[in-house]
Amino acid sequence: MLQIKNLQARIEEENILKGLNLEVKPGEVHAIMGPNGSGKSTLASVLAGREEYEVTGGEVSFDGKDLLELAPEERAGEGLFLAFQYPIEIPGVSNTNFLKTAINEIRKYKGEEELDAVGFLKLMKEKAKLMDIEQSLLSRSLNEGFSGGEKKRNEIFQLLMLNPKLAILDETDSGLDIDALKIVSEGVNKFRNKDNAVIVITHYQRLLDYIVPDFVHVLYQGKIVKSGTKELALELEDKGYDWIKTEVLA
Amino acid sequence: MQSTTGLKNNVHKAFLEVFEKAQNHTLSELRAQAQAHVNALDLPTKRHEEWKYTSLEAVYKTDFKIQIERNEDEASFLEHCQKTLPITEEAHHLVFVNGHFSPKSSLILPEGKGIRIEPMASVIRQDSEWLTAHLDNYTTDAEDAIFTALNTAYFTDGALIHVPRATELSYPVVLHFLSDARAVNSLAQVRNLMIVGENSRLKVIENFIGIGDYKHLSNSVTEIAVAPHAHVDHYKMQIDESLNYHVGTTYVRQADESSFSNTTISLTGDIVRNDLKIKLGERCESYMNGLYMLKGKTHVDNHTAVDHAKPHSESHELYKGILDGQSRGVFNGKIFVRQDAQKTNAFQSNRNIVLSDKAAIDTKPQLEIWADDVKCSHGATTGKIDTEALFYLQSRGISKKKAQAMMVQAFAKEVTERIAFESLREFLALQIEHRLS
Ligand SMILES: Nc1ncnc2c1ncn2[C@@H]1O[C@H](COP(=O)(O)OP(=O)(O)OP(=O)(O)O)[C@@H](O)[C@H]1O
Ligand SMILES: [Mg+2]
Repeated sequence: MLQIKNLQARIEEENILKGLNLEVKPGEVHAIMGPNGSGKSTLASVLAGREEYEVTGGEVSFDGKDLLELAPEERAGEGLFLAFQYPIEIPGVSNTNFLKTAINEIRKYKGEEELDAVGFLKLMKEKAKLMDIEQSLLSRSLNEGFSGGEKKRNEIFQLLMLNPKLAILDETDSGLDIDALKIVSEGVNKFRNKDNAVIVITHYQRLLDYIVPDFVHVLYQGKIVKSGTKELALELEDKGYDWIKTEVLA
Repeated sequence: MQSTTGLKNNVHKAFLEVFEKAQNHTLSELRAQAQAHVNALDLPTKRHEEWKYTSLEAVYKTDFKIQIERNEDEASFLEHCQKTLPITEEAHHLVFVNGHFSPKSSLILPEGKGIRIEPMASVIRQDSEWLTAHLDNYTTDAEDAIFTALNTAYFTDGALIHVPRATELSYPVVLHFLSDARAVNSLAQVRNLMIVGENSRLKVIENFIGIGDYKHLSNSVTEIAVAPHAHVDHYKMQIDESLNYHVGTTYVRQADESSFSNTTISLTGDIVRNDLKIKLGERCESYMNGLYMLKGKTHVDNHTAVDHAKPHSESHELYKGILDGQSRGVFNGKIFVRQDAQKTNAFQSNRNIVLSDKAAIDTKPQLEIWADDVKCSHGATTGKIDTEALFYLQSRGISKKKAQAMMVQAFAKEVTERIAFESLREFLALQIEHRLS
């Protein structure tokens, strides 16, 4: 589904991604871990198409298409979704109106018919319930004044509404209380099926107890320096990153 | 603007002579006094502090004609007026064409006893003594503002709205000022007087419109007197695509414990200058809302001044601008808090989004505070659309253009949602959407 080959990217003259390789197949869950500042969010942003990042080398193909050629909205249309580490507040744009526009823009992109008001409301009710999102939150401005946890739940709620092919979750677990962590994980697990895939960026094993990864990768200094199965995450939890840094230097 | 030389250049002289053609013998004392002011003053140029960013030279050079009397066999313009401002709420519609009331175009509904909604020209004819006692009482700067003096000296018509005490109108009033520039460059001067009695309410809209390919200039003055416990909701609409030049001042005098709100919406025009001057009594509430969304070469200059003369009053000002093309916006907001005006709350905010590199805004807050126990705040921001927010919307499948439109709509909504006419709110939302698609 997703093939990243030797990806290099920079921001403001600073090289952040320095030859990154990753392959994700349908039905898989990949966890990406790594020290602060190693380039995890940068990778997510580059995949989603953030203009500020300049891709200086490498290729990314998504379901056979050259992802790097597409505008951010086209990437979403193709089925890419990023749950942001820091979801932005947009005053004046109502959550509901925003979602309805997003769903119908993606449908339009795919050549599908627009969802009517009744169908939309039904879908919204169903998914909001799953994510324990109250009606009042839906009518408010997008993320404005939402608590940290509410913002993260709102991201996963959007994931369920838009039902993409590939979901990238950037530290969706940070700032969540135990109950919210469960709700969010259950949401992601409901989303999963044999045709879609998930990349979870996280610092903590506790999320991976709920969303069990098929592969765990360590991103360090802009490269994936180690890959393994879910046991690698447990080892990192136990030993930290120093041993990996030493390995890289060696 | 006191004339320094007493000599006006030929362009200015010729421009002023057009106004003088409307000279007549009504309200003689008032008019003579205003004429004296006109003679003593210069037309503003960019050298004048209050006109630093707005040049009227193009206006002065235009060869205008003024219509001295009402055109007896005029057609009805109501449909055209309503198209430019499609209000579906039932309302009085008074149409003025080139500065003269048009009975054929107007629609005045029955109202309760004592309520007067009349063309000024007929008040001059029938009630000139009363008018002399009430007109020009609220212009705070008559010796200093040549356009106000010109208006007083030579206005042809306008609307009188008089609401007695403890009365609420059954319908809002919509005043359409239409400049017919199909055959000549048209100059029109209307003068409005609104007197709203104790415990009464008035909702009124001034709508500026033009037709024809020639240029048109309107110089309007509105005086509004708000009695204790009265509420006035006043709108100034500049949204007609054919608008050219406008200069106009709204003078508001709020008696103790009254409430006033002005909303000025400017989407069109070549050169537009709006002045809003409010003087407050004790325990008043005053709202100044403005939205200017400009494109092409439109130049809109909003000057506001609120004078806190007495204690315990509040003023809230929010002006928002969206500037595209080569447009130019000017915002100047003055807040005076006099020594007596303790416990004043005065808030001012001017926020701008600039969509094009060639568009610009000059914004200037001006606070003069002599009282010590006051709460005042002001802020001005100018920026582009937040790229992070744009990216967020795009990452959800929304095209850049649409995302931009959503954000501008959201930005404008803070002003438009305060409009008390639902049909007008919806119309403006559509206009804004249309602009951005
Ligand atoms: N606008 C920018 N200008 C310069 N450097 C930047 C900019 N944005 C990010 N960086 C740098 O890029 C590097 C990678 O940042 P990134 O956000 O991808 O890290 P991360 O792995 O997601 O870290 P964390 O675990 O803390 O979220 C950091 O060193 C960061 O300072
Ligand atoms: Mg990060």
